[in-house]
Amino acid sequence: MLYVIQTALELGFMYALVAMALFLSYRVLDIADLTTDGGFVLGAAVSVTIAAMGHPVLAVFAALFAGAAAGFVTAFLQTRLGVPPILAGIVTNTGLYTVNLMVMGWSSNVSLLKQETLFTMLRATGIGGSWYKLMLAAGITILMGCLLVWFLGTRLGLSIRATGDNTEMVRASSINPVFTISVGLSVANAMTALSGAIVGQYQKSADINSGTGIVVIGLACLIIGETVFGRRSVGRNVVAAMAGSIVYRFLYAIILKTSIVPIECLKLVTAIVVALAIASPSLRDWAALEKRKIHSDKRGGR
Amino acid sequence: MLRLEHIKKTFNPGTVNEKCAIQELSLHLKPGDFATIIGSNGAGKSTMLHAIAGGFYVDEGAIYLDGENITFMEEYKRSRVIGRLFQDPLKGTAPHMTIEENLALAFLRASKGSIPFSRISKKDKEVFREQLALLEMGLEDRMKQPVGLLSGGQRQALTLLMATMVPPKLLLLDEHTAALDPGTAAKVLELTEKIIEKNQTTCLMVTHNMHQALELGNRTLMMDGGRIILDVEGEEREKMTVSDLLAKFQSFAGKELDNDRILLS
Repeated sequence: MLYVIQTALELGFMYALVAMALFLSYRVLDIADLTTDGGFVLGAAVSVTIAAMGHPVLAVFAALFAGAAAGFVTAFLQTRLGVPPILAGIVTNTGLYTVNLMVMGWSSNVSLLKQETLFTMLRATGIGGSWYKLMLAAGITILMGCLLVWFLGTRLGLSIRATGDNTEMVRASSINPVFTISVGLSVANAMTALSGAIVGQYQKSADINSGTGIVVIGLACLIIGETVFGRRSVGRNVVAAMAGSIVYRFLYAIILKTSIVPIECLKLVTAIVVALAIASPSLRDWAALEKRKIHSDKRGGR
Repeated sequence: MLRLEHIKKTFNPGTVNEKCAIQELSLHLKPGDFATIIGSNGAGKSTMLHAIAGGFYVDEGAIYLDGENITFMEEYKRSRVIGRLFQDPLKGTAPHMTIEENLALAFLRASKGSIPFSRISKKDKEVFREQLALLEMGLEDRMKQPVGLLSGGQRQALTLLMATMVPPKLLLLDEHTAALDPGTAAKVLELTEKIIEKNQTTCLMVTHNMHQALELGNRTLMMDGGRIILDVEGEEREKMTVSDLLAKFQSFAGKELDNDRILLS
């Protein structure tokens, strides 16, 4: 039991980086960034490949950089070349499939055998006892969360938020949306890749298909968190993304243990949950309208 | 300060929707000039302001601001020295960001040389508080609230403050009080006058109120068919009445002033 909780927490924190990245792209910038799936695998591929060469720390930084580059490509497509935002993400994502294979030496997966990872390095120091994995996962995610909150409070961060909040205003202020969107998407995808990098070293492997559906799972986490914590301030939103990710992993563990839902169906269930959650404002409006229609009949239209 | 030289703009050239919005328009504003603009529907008033602000590049001609040729300068770069207010009060502020953050955005961007990672300091907050107090709307006590909660008038006043907190070289006002209720409109207009007076800002203001067009500022421009057809200032302007203005329009444009929102009093 303890083992299940521990694992759920570890995975929750590691995947929380994706939810935070989606908070930045989907909520703050108001762009559905579909680079995410490929970006996650890119992070894992770069991280595991370089760790296999014996540089686990360098691997993480390389993954961050690779993710940022992927985000920049998506931003470049939509800001400079006029590709619609959703399509820009899909195009980059498709291209990344080949890039990811290339990074892994044209194979569909790479594994670490005896090589060191961030996790084995921490275990060797003895810090954290049997909780060392959780310590590392939580440490990195919380650090990134703090950095993200700090960043969104700076002049550049405020400009990025304004870009997503009011395009009319941005055009009339001296904010260059090309620049803010580029920075925003680069940072978001760097975080996604970081998630992939940490998960890759945690599982000691990277697989070309490990990113499938990550964007929807990330959105599910974000929405779960927002439902629980609300969306009032940036700080709260980031905490919500983390908490949502942990809740999701707990639900996942429960489903896995109890088999309430066959595990093969989990992606479908996640997709339905996300669709319903995003649709809820329009569903609510529709329900309210129908209710009014019924009432207006009863009271003779008054 | 501002010089427009023979600017020209045609929208949708070569199609059935071709519209020559500005033709051969020239204008020279001296530093500290405050010109009001009136004109019929589709006269090109807003288009002219849009051209100056850089919303599009003109087809022909050149635009100079403070001696610098800005004809092909990007919109966001011009915004560092050109303040703008639109008719729609929702256009000038970010609704999900707090009053403080909106002001910070305006303040940080316009103050040159600040690094991208600078944050709102205690001293900045004090400045914001003082400035907000000048609006006399009690906004100084609501700095942590999102702007989306404010009324249209409050948002427009805030936008005015954001556009002028770091005084711009040129202020463009596009019927910025037209969408507000009369009381709030008067208040925002009073603030506008006060701020322009204090900073001696060069300003162009589109209005549909004929009275305002003669009362406010030191110069009145009248537009029709993408041209400036009347430009009065000084003594001539002081003696002018609303009916004179209408008569002038008729004689220059050869038709009645047709603006469905025009206010004659």
